[in-house]
This record gives sequence, C-alpha cells and structure tokens, in this order.
Amino acid sequence: MSFLRIQNIHHTYFSNQTAATALADISLDIEKGEFVSFLGPSGCGKTTLLSIIAGLFPPTSGKILLENKPLNADSDTSIGYMLQQDYLFPWKTIEENILLGLKLIKKDEGLERIKTLKLLTEVGLGGTGKMYPRELSGGMRQRAALARTLAVDPKILLLDEPFSALDYQTKLKLEDLVFETLKSFGKTAVLVTHDIGEAIAMSDRIYLFSPNPGRVHKTFEVSDELRELMPFDARNHPQYPILFQTIWKELESLEY
Amino acid sequence: MNIDQLHHQYKSSLKKENRLIRLYQILIFLVFFSSWELFSRKEWIDPLIFSSPTKVWQLFMQKLSDGTLLSHSGVTLFETVLGFIIGTLLGTVLASLLWWSPRLSKTLDPYLVILNAMPKVALGPIIIVAFGPGFPSIISMGAIISIIITTIVVYTAFREVDPNYLKVLQTFGATRTQKFREAILPASFPTIISTLKVNVGLSWVGVVVGEFLVSAKGLGYLIIYGFQVFNFTLVMLALMIIAVFATIMYQLVELLERKLIKD
Repeated sequence: MSFLRIQNIHHTYFSNQTAATALADISLDIEKGEFVSFLGPSGCGKTTLLSIIAGLFPPTSGKILLENKPLNADSDTSIGYMLQQDYLFPWKTIEENILLGLKLIKKDEGLERIKTLKLLTEVGLGGTGKMYPRELSGGMRQRAALARTLAVDPKILLLDEPFSALDYQTKLKLEDLVFETLKSFGKTAVLVTHDIGEAIAMSDRIYLFSPNPGRVHKTFEVSDELRELMPFDARNHPQYPILFQTIWKELESLEY
Repeated sequence: MNIDQLHHQYKSSLKKENRLIRLYQILIFLVFFSSWELFSRKEWIDPLIFSSPTKVWQLFMQKLSDGTLLSHSGVTLFETVLGFIIGTLLGTVLASLLWWSPRLSKTLDPYLVILNAMPKVALGPIIIVAFGPGFPSIISMGAIISIIITTIVVYTAFREVDPNYLKVLQTFGATRTQKFREAILPASFPTIISTLKVNVGLSWVGVVVGEFLVSAKGLGYLIIYGFQVFNFTLVMLALMIIAVFATIMYQLVELLERKLIKD
C-alpha cells in the first residue's frame, strides 16, 4: 500500500458565469520518503492539486489517502505546506514564528520547544530567534519558513514553488538545504514548480501536467545516480542535460 | 573625502531644518495670540464676541482658583474618554462579529451604510429621553458617533489581511478563533490605531453636543451657558481647554501606536 494515494481527483471551480475544470482524473501514488515534483505550464492545475492534498479545500470528486486514512487538515498537522513566499508573521519574532504550529496545538513548552529551537540552528539560523522577519534576508526568511513547517513534524511536506521568489544563488543554496534536511528527517515531499532544472535536481519522480483541464501528461523517473546527488551536483551531472532536453521537448509539444 | 565629516554635515543640516520648522511653529503661535490681543484692544474685532487672550487667561485663573473649572473639565474628560473607549471597543467587537459570520455581514451591509450616512448627533434627543439627562446619555453620544465608522473601517481591514497568512494557519489546523487571534487582529492593529485617532475627534463632538442638549456640568455646558449670558470669554476658555485635552488624547494614542506596532 502506498504512503500517499491520490485517487481519481476531479476539480472544478464554480463562479456565477463559468464552471472551469482545473483537474481531471488525477491518480497517483507516492511512497514514504520519496520526493516528487509536479511540473507544468501555468494553469495546469498543479497548485490546485497541492492545495487539495493540503486539505485547504475538498476536491469536487475523488479521494486522498495518507497511510490509508482520509486527510483532514483541520484536525491534525500531518501536512506541512510551504508557500512561494515565506509568510512569516511580521509582528512575531523568528522564534515565535517557528513555534506557531506547536502553539496552536498547545505543545510549545518543554522538550518540543527545545527541539524546535534546535531546528533553527539546523537550517543555519542560530542566534536569530529574537529577531523580527524584516531583519532577515529573503533566503533566511524562507529557511525560517522551512523550520516553521518542520516544527510540527509533518508526515508529508508540500512545497508550492518555495524558491521562485529568491535570487538564483540563494535558490541553489536553499535547494541543497531543503533536500538535505528532508532526507535527514526521512520526509516525503511534493514540490510544485515550473522550473525543469529544479524538478530534476531535487526529485525522485516528475509528473508533467498538461493544461485544460489539468491532467498527468507524462511521468519521468529520475535515475538513481541523479537521485543520490545533492541538487547542486545533480545539475552538473552528464545525465542532467539529457533528461532536461527530454522534458523540454515534452513541454514544447504541450503548447501545440 | 571624509565620510565622518560628511555624515556630521548631514546630521547638522537635518538639525538646522528641524530647528527652523520649530521656530516657524512658535512664530505662528505668537503671531496668532498677539494679533488676537492687539485686534481686540484696538477694537478692530468686537471684543465682546471675540474676547482676548488676557481676558481668557484671567478667567482661567479665576475659575481655576474657585475649583469650578476643574470639575467641569473633569466631567467632560471622563465622558469623552469613556465614550471614546466604548465606541472603539464596541465598533471593533462588531467588526469581529461581521468577520466571524460572512452571512451576517452580507445581511447587515445596507443597514451599516444607512447608519453610517445618518448624522448620529440627530439621535441626541432620543438617547436623552431613553437614558435620562445625565452621564449615561452623554457617554452614549460620545460612543455612538464613532461605533459605526469604526465597525466599517476595522471590518474592511480584517478582510484585507493577506489570505496566505490564513493559509499558513489552516495547514497547522488552526480554528477560526486562532486565525483571528494570530493573524487577523495583529495584522489589523495599524488600521485600528488610525481609527482611534479619528475617534478621538469624534468623541469630543458627541460629548460636547450631548452637553449642549442636557447637561448642567462640563465644558459643553460652559459653552452653551456662556453663549446664553453672552459671556464669550467663557466660550473661548472652554474651547481652549477642549483643544488642549484633545491634543493630549491624540498624543496618547500615538504613544500607544509606538508601543503596539513594532514594524
């Protein structure tokens, strides 16, 4: 049995004038500890699917099972969600921000607190606990957001283009950090991106989505050699440009 | 090139500018009061209507020594502060209720528009009959004048909070109460503070009008009394005191703003 099962998801957005189908017939399985990417042009419903997995709203039809149980975002914290921007609360210190998830379930005392503050050091933000988000750079803020997400010890991490608002150098460094951190905690992760290189460098498997309505167009398995490497090194591996070209051609073919 | 020296120059030019502005401010103050005094003495303006600073000052000292000024100001200040606090608090609570229930807010929308457009002081006579002539009705006047506008402005601020903050909280499984406490309310503090600033002025209007209508005490009463016995020095004195108190209240709100908003 797979860790995360997505079964026959359909989703349609209704408004007064229109009924726009964003997702049609999506079924896929993700194993424990895997890192998969949803890749595709804008409007292919990849963020919609991620939001549905996160439980932000229910799909029009279909089921999502995590460890064979239906997901319910309002009652547990098994899902961690990272957005395009950090969305750290500007009126809270970094420490308060990181402890937010635990505070909501009233576990921000004692051991959990110490563990979380250690997490801050692990993402390279030691000593910034008393600072406010505005005092940190974009990359540091996104790292703080990662620590906030990991603090509640989610079973699965959903990453919605978390590197897209960063400059290139910071992005490459953060890719490595996120990759390393997730592997060391053995976390399962789903990354939504429109960046082919990022998808190849980070994931074990890539789902390419086609638009109108959003469907899984093709699945690419990333070779074992690339999987083992850190994202930065994967980008320099000879197999990287080959896979890049393959996916690039598929993406091009979608446009016509 | 000497960075320190340039920095020093920059700082001293800033200081000079500030000093100049302060000088102009004091100048306006002095020119206003001295020409008021002069015009009144030369009878270029009617001294009976416009009085003069020295007369106002003499009356101030006299009323201060016989203790009546203190009790009148105290009463009005108490009513205004209470009206201000009640108005702002009720307005914010009402805004929270509207945020809580979108259906309630849609239902009440036209009524809020009507209530906001209506001149609240026109309700004065009804309030006075309902609460009786005295403290409660004057405080109500001070409060009612700011409740609806506070509700509308604060509710709008609640709705404009970036939905992504709520998304973050939702993925942590936050309840609606938690979303309100952790994101909606703190994100709206700047707006709430700026409505406080508006409400300072509004509460004074409500209370003074309330005192016009019923009271036998307070600065609004002094104004009406002075008007009836044609003692415009008394009217001017009451106006001056209101100006001073309103300014102090405004400064206190600004102090609160600096404490509350670290960003």
